[in-house]
Amino acid sequence: MTDIAPRATRVVESTGGRRRHRGGGPRARTIAAFLTPFFLPFVLFYLVPVGYALWQSFLVVRRTGGQYGTSYTTFGGFEQYTKVFQNDEFWSSIGRIGLFGVVQVPVMLFVALIMALLLDTPLLKVKSFFRITAFMPYAVPGVIAAIMWSYLYSPQISPLVDGLKGVGLHPDFLGPGAVLWSAANVSTWLWTGYNMLIMFSALQSIPQELYEAAKLDGASNWKIAWQIKVPIIAPSIILTTVFSIIGTLQLYAEPAVLRQISSNISSTYTPNMLAYAVASGNNYQQAAAISVVIAVITFVLSFGFMRLTSKKAGL
Amino acid sequence: MALMLLLAIYFLLPVYFLVVAATKPQSDLASTNGLALSHFDLFSNLSTLFSRSDGIFLKWALNSVIYAVLGAAVGTLISALCGYALAKFRFRGREFLFSVILGGVLVPTTALALPLFLLFSATGIVNTYLAVFLPSIVSPFGVYLARIFASASVPEEILESARLDGAGEFRTFFSVAIRLMAPSLVTIFLFQFVAIWNNFFLPMVMLQKESLFPITLGLFEWNGQTARAPLLQESVITGSLVSIVPVIILFLLLQRFWRTGLASGALK
Repeated sequence: MTDIAPRATRVVESTGGRRRHRGGGPRARTIAAFLTPFFLPFVLFYLVPVGYALWQSFLVVRRTGGQYGTSYTTFGGFEQYTKVFQNDEFWSSIGRIGLFGVVQVPVMLFVALIMALLLDTPLLKVKSFFRITAFMPYAVPGVIAAIMWSYLYSPQISPLVDGLKGVGLHPDFLGPGAVLWSAANVSTWLWTGYNMLIMFSALQSIPQELYEAAKLDGASNWKIAWQIKVPIIAPSIILTTVFSIIGTLQLYAEPAVLRQISSNISSTYTPNMLAYAVASGNNYQQAAAISVVIAVITFVLSFGFMRLTSKKAGL
Repeated sequence: MALMLLLAIYFLLPVYFLVVAATKPQSDLASTNGLALSHFDLFSNLSTLFSRSDGIFLKWALNSVIYAVLGAAVGTLISALCGYALAKFRFRGREFLFSVILGGVLVPTTALALPLFLLFSATGIVNTYLAVFLPSIVSPFGVYLARIFASASVPEEILESARLDGAGEFRTFFSVAIRLMAPSLVTIFLFQFVAIWNNFFLPMVMLQKESLFPITLGLFEWNGQTARAPLLQESVITGSLVSIVPVIILFLLLQRFWRTGLASGALK
């Protein structure tokens, strides 16, 4: 190897005046050929729509000469955004999703963490059964999960409602106060196992010697879990939190399905449902502004959370 | 242990309910206990399901398979090319491109669907297979994984010796690198397959023609009609079961792969 390498470099260098990179890498044109198949659709179907939504959100439709005049589109500055922020439905959808996220995300991640820690101890048998059972919902589409649960919520069919009636309870899973939590339960069911596995995989990559050292110092299993394992897998916990925040703000399928059987979910229940409802009313510019606001909130929350926690965790 | 059992019941309950409900005649759905078997009618439920509206359910199932298999296959290939190049070639702007892709992971895909609809309606691809297929092939998360996998599983020495043998970069990629990356490519394929299979918002925004619907959208539409046509209920239930069982089986068979995928996703 050592004797061939310099000669090879010379051969490569002599193949023309083009600049070669360190280590005999390929030419710019070859690199571009590797990157283009991904970047072309990425630009067309990711970056262009983002730009297009931004552009649309600054436009307004006006009419000449009253309500029946011809309409024309013109630059409206921040007019669409002002409308978004003055829209009560927008704020109530944000409030709802905020409440949903503040409760659902910590509950789900806490359960996921407990499960991951339990799976990581030698105490538990039949690990693979629990791992697979918990991960199974990941293979179920959100719409189908919501349909399955909606049958379990519906008073006519549900064995759950029947069972609870048997012990004297009369739950109304679709009532005005409960339906948000019924939707939260569907999300929890879908994603706990996925998050659990991300944490579990991180736990498995911790070297065993660390625990042995801690045990020699007399640390209990409980102490090892909370003071050694949890801090080490902090990056995974942060990652799952960020994914969950993004997921919560995108909520659409679950409430849309529950809406089919509950009158307590409006067509503007979540920000995404609002954006879709506004777009269906042909007010694309307003829908674009709502989408942009949702995306910005998502960015701010996920980045904010990442920065805040990674500083604290000393990463 | 008791806690884990309780959780296992929680995760299994809806699927168990679905299996039981799919075996019952419509009339027994409301009148018998949801967790106990009654008349075994699974086969007649299946034949009703597949013959309803001229067999539209089968069409939806095929559409889902087309969107998910083709989309994930093309998506995995382009993610692999891009991730490999980002891992193995040194060039100016590499880190910048990578951070743009990472930014893409954070863009909510539902926020993309509406502007995409407007762009696609201007170009006339709305309400065609392409309207769902094209956006589905882009997976920034796939590139992120491919980059990690390529740096971990393709040693520099092998690339060097392939170059010395005079193989072009593409030849090296397709005959050497792609083999070394194969297990991780299965992972990327799986994750993208599930993402497309589960996608609902994009097809809902893009498609009006029922014959182009994937399973998720089709069952959603049927579910919305059950208030007026209660007899559809049994088909929604049986259809839901039919749509999830193959994917669950696929996942059981390919456990090894999604586990590595999750592990490397967590390394970050």
